[in-house]
Amino acid sequence: MRSVLAILLVLFATYSVLVYEYGHGDRDERANTAVRVGIRIWQEENCQSCHQLYGLGGYMGPDLTNVVSQRDTMRIRTFIRYGTGRMPAHALSDVEIDQLIAFLAWVDRTGTRTMPPEATHWTGTYLLEKP
Amino acid sequence: MSGTFKLYVGSALVMLMAALVFGTVAAFVFLFPALGAYLPFEQLRPMHVSAALFWIITGATAGVMHYKKEVFGEAREPFLQRAFMVLWMATTLSVFVFYVFRKFGGREYWEFPPLLGVPILLAWLLLLVSYLRAWVRRTTPAPLYVWMWTTGLLFFLFTFIEQNLYQVPWFRDYYLRELTVQWKSNGAMVGAWNQMIYGTALFLMVRISGDEGIARGRKVFVFWFLGLSNLMFNWGHHIYNVPTAGWIRHVAYGISMAEWIFLINIIRGFRSKLDEHRKFEHLLTYRFLIASELWIFLNLFLALLMSVPAINRYTHGTHITVAHAMGTTIGINTMILLASLSNMLRVDELPATRKRWIGHGRTLALASLLVFWCALIGAGMLKGYRDVALGMTDFQQMMRPVLTVLQVFAFAGLGVLAGLGVVAWNYLGALRKLNQ
Repeated sequence: MRSVLAILLVLFATYSVLVYEYGHGDRDERANTAVRVGIRIWQEENCQSCHQLYGLGGYMGPDLTNVVSQRDTMRIRTFIRYGTGRMPAHALSDVEIDQLIAFLAWVDRTGTRTMPPEATHWTGTYLLEKP
Repeated sequence: MSGTFKLYVGSALVMLMAALVFGTVAAFVFLFPALGAYLPFEQLRPMHVSAALFWIITGATAGVMHYKKEVFGEAREPFLQRAFMVLWMATTLSVFVFYVFRKFGGREYWEFPPLLGVPILLAWLLLLVSYLRAWVRRTTPAPLYVWMWTTGLLFFLFTFIEQNLYQVPWFRDYYLRELTVQWKSNGAMVGAWNQMIYGTALFLMVRISGDEGIARGRKVFVFWFLGLSNLMFNWGHHIYNVPTAGWIRHVAYGISMAEWIFLINIIRGFRSKLDEHRKFEHLLTYRFLIASELWIFLNLFLALLMSVPAINRYTHGTHITVAHAMGTTIGINTMILLASLSNMLRVDELPATRKRWIGHGRTLALASLLVFWCALIGAGMLKGYRDVALGMTDFQQMMRPVLTVLQVFAFAGLGVLAGLGVVAWNYLGALRKLNQ
């Protein structure tokens, strides 16, 4: 029994290291200073309570994974600053809004939130091609 | 039961009530945003989620601390354990103070400023040292529930640290890496507290049936290893649509499919469960345990479907995910924790009127939860169809019919609040009268 447990733990440790090092695939791009501040604003404004990125997060507002490539920046800025019926206005400076948009653009460049139908393999899994 | 422990159990029940109240109010604010003028949704959601998390973790650790005393033959409450409880309760309270002042900053489910992770980590280390001290001193081979408690405590520590790796730039500076590690830890952390909770459920079943054999033997350990493998490797289903390395998806899919064995085992054991039910149905502790087993069946079936990437394509990011989370946290975890507290607080020895109230509360909560769960699945199916199959891009237009279905969910939530509220209130009464 102890040996089965030991094998499982070794496999888990190995798998964790592999995930940390290679699991993120090859689409990732290193964050710059503006993006880093944008991440902090995203967290402090608790945007994830209402919005999703890659379908992960809240359900009140739309998924924002690809919002930068789908909507023009002026519209995004207006939404953030003044809010809408359901979305509150955010008291952020112009620079902070730019940093938040830089973060969203950085996320956008990693991929698309929905899987194309052709990515579904007959076994039920996904096979993603490189962009 | 010491004064500190009574306070700790009381704080768990208060967290349950807070999770129910914040959750119900949040559901109505979600549907009618004008109601959120004073307590907006973005403040209510973290309050609800954190209260639910603290209810589950506080309740799970209360079970481990209480029952290990009997299993390990501890004469008195260790000092480190008392220190853990005080630090844990103080941090829990601080989290809500930060939320009231709209100070956020963490990741999903842990949305408080990350600095509060330090006392949580310290508290957990105190609990772990206190537990392991007793564990190494044990004289008999450990039954399965002791292994489950131990792995649950250890894996919670590991996953909590892993969840905070985003503080390190090497993780944070790459979005897909950070997201992958975040959901690796989130997925495994649920498995960690499930180990503690299911361990307590097994302990209670041994106690009720008087059959120690159900916690020993080859078969039960094989199933435990299967569960442990799921904890370690199946978290990838949370991020099927994220463009990570393909092998993460394939490993998660393969491991998740092993859960069919659990489902088949539940179906095979159905007849013996019926006999067992006839024998023990007069016990409230047993009735809460058996309710959790029904929810394990329903949720496992849903989880298996969601773990197939081709189906997950339609369910991911919809209310079906919420249905699964609610079914697990209320239907399974809460029912087992209420069974555990029922035994701890000697609820079966309460006057008949009180027991009747608890029974009615349980029935109302379970019936409402079923409606609530089905409404969420209906809303999720509708959203998935309009979003993925129809490819609708206007969010408000996509959500219009979904919001109508969610009204059923919100009203069913009132039933869950009333039902579990009655149970929690009566448990608090029983706790107050204990040792008097």
